[in-house]
Amino acid sequence: MPIVLETVALDRHFGGIIATNQVSLRVEKGARHALIGPNGAGKTTLINLLTGVLRPSAGRIMLDGQDITPLEPHQRVRLGIARTFQINQLFADLTPLETLGLAVSERLGSGTDWWRLVGTKAGVVDEIVSLLERFGLTDVMDERTAVLPYGKQRLLEIALAFACKPRVLLLDEPAAGVPEAERHEILATIEALPKDVTVLLIEHDMDIVFSFADRISVLVNGELFVEGAPDDVARDPRVKAVYLGESLDG
Amino acid sequence: MTHPLPAQVTAQVAARLAARARWSPLEIAFWLAVVATVFFLPSRHLILTETAILGLFALSLDLILGYAGIISLGQAAFFGVGAYTAGLLAKYGLITEPVLALLVSGALATVVGFITSFLVLRGSDLTRLMVTLGIALMLREIANKFAGITGGADGLQGVDISPVLGLFRFDLYGHTAYIYALTVLFLLFLLARRIVNSPFGLSLLSLKGNPLRASAIGIAVNWRLVAVYTLSAAYAGIAGALLTQTTAFTSLDVLSFDRSADVLLVLIIGGTGYLYGGLIGAVIFKLMQDWLANITPQYWQFWIGLLLVIIVLVGRDRISNWTAPIRRLTARLARQPVADVSAAARKGL
Repeated sequence: MPIVLETVALDRHFGGIIATNQVSLRVEKGARHALIGPNGAGKTTLINLLTGVLRPSAGRIMLDGQDITPLEPHQRVRLGIARTFQINQLFADLTPLETLGLAVSERLGSGTDWWRLVGTKAGVVDEIVSLLERFGLTDVMDERTAVLPYGKQRLLEIALAFACKPRVLLLDEPAAGVPEAERHEILATIEALPKDVTVLLIEHDMDIVFSFADRISVLVNGELFVEGAPDDVARDPRVKAVYLGESLDG
Repeated sequence: MTHPLPAQVTAQVAARLAARARWSPLEIAFWLAVVATVFFLPSRHLILTETAILGLFALSLDLILGYAGIISLGQAAFFGVGAYTAGLLAKYGLITEPVLALLVSGALATVVGFITSFLVLRGSDLTRLMVTLGIALMLREIANKFAGITGGADGLQGVDISPVLGLFRFDLYGHTAYIYALTVLFLLFLLARRIVNSPFGLSLLSLKGNPLRASAIGIAVNWRLVAVYTLSAAYAGIAGALLTQTTAFTSLDVLSFDRSADVLLVLIIGGTGYLYGGLIGAVIFKLMQDWLANITPQYWQFWIGLLLVIIVLVGRDRISNWTAPIRRLTARLARQPVADVSAAARKGL
């Protein structure tokens, strides 16, 4: 499969601390690629580098062969990289309907329309409806986001990134903090994402990683440590030693 | 399945989005009441004109504070640019027709707004307060310095305003002035209402709510801020020009810190982020000013100050949100019909 997202010798230092060290990651088109690593391994830094929130100290980021290293976050979104956040970053005072209406309008190039009313551009309403349905938000579309149950907020978090029609979707611990009872809905939603969308998943929960991913990269101390198919990674003694430990033995 | 069918959801989504921009009965009542003042309060037209201008000025601040979350203590900068432009245009007979002069004054304030907008892009609320305050103070001193043009501390004398559209002469009782100011206010209100209900307006709310996420869904945050700040400057400039045209005078007061502070107070009294806050706040502010000044001519600002303290204490977490419960109630009343439709649709399943 062709490579859709690639980092070339990516470095990021914070003062004397090396958060990302010579990371060369290749994500295949359509992959379900998981990025795992112990706390402080630099996973979130890597996501921030990929999305442009942080600038690398050295190295390049390529999307479909195009160098996107100098681009601003919003420009990368338009080229097809969207992300979710580990801690919800939603618009508390807007409803899911407005939130998705906003994202869809932006993607269809209607974001600077100041005369047209929201939703009157062709295709906007249909796309909002399909997002509401896909992410199970129809029932709550008119509630203020701030008062939604946490599980629904997590779904909206993913829906909002998906509304940007990404080629590569970066999911930063999508099920973080979600109660056990609501987890399956999030997992089912992630598993039902279209196959042509490449997913890079950052996750702590090994059950999720091994049920979802077809490729796993292990990040330790800012470096790519091991990469391979889930079975190989699970069997790798070094990985067991540094990270997985007993969670796989049991 | 309890899910409504997509076709019904589609209708529901379209209806809900359309409802965002629908006129509520309260809004219509508000504007009818405004029109009524033209006919039933002719003796109060002078103070009503001031109120309308203050309302428009506060509306300009609401566009940046209530929608995009940019706080400013220097909105008088643009008000003053508009006021002096209108005064100079009339005094030197460059553009005598008031409506055209109003537009030119607004355009100049727009340019100043665009240029200074880049200074408020970065930094916290405190930085923005100081930067906007600084800009207004600088403009005031520039106006003071060039007394040969602006009249300096004496104000701009000898401003003679021609009839509006060449037809309606400004009279001593302020009837023409009031109708003129109201018309401008209403038209600009309509425009603002249209804008805040557009995708652009929705994106402003997202900048206010969470700029990090806004850029993560592809919004060029800085350019949106520049755009709304510039728009706000245009509104403020037109308000300033209206003041000059309706009073045939302008002075350094239009650029003063007091004016920036008052308009922020007006907006806080009325509440931000629903466009009517500035208008309602202006009415309350002017009524209080009028009433308190009658009781205690010297100390009326004491009571205004006390009111501010009370509002902030009641509003606790966000000064701008103290009217939120009332507004939610009215919004629910306005939305009722739509809710019924969707409930009926669900039952039909």
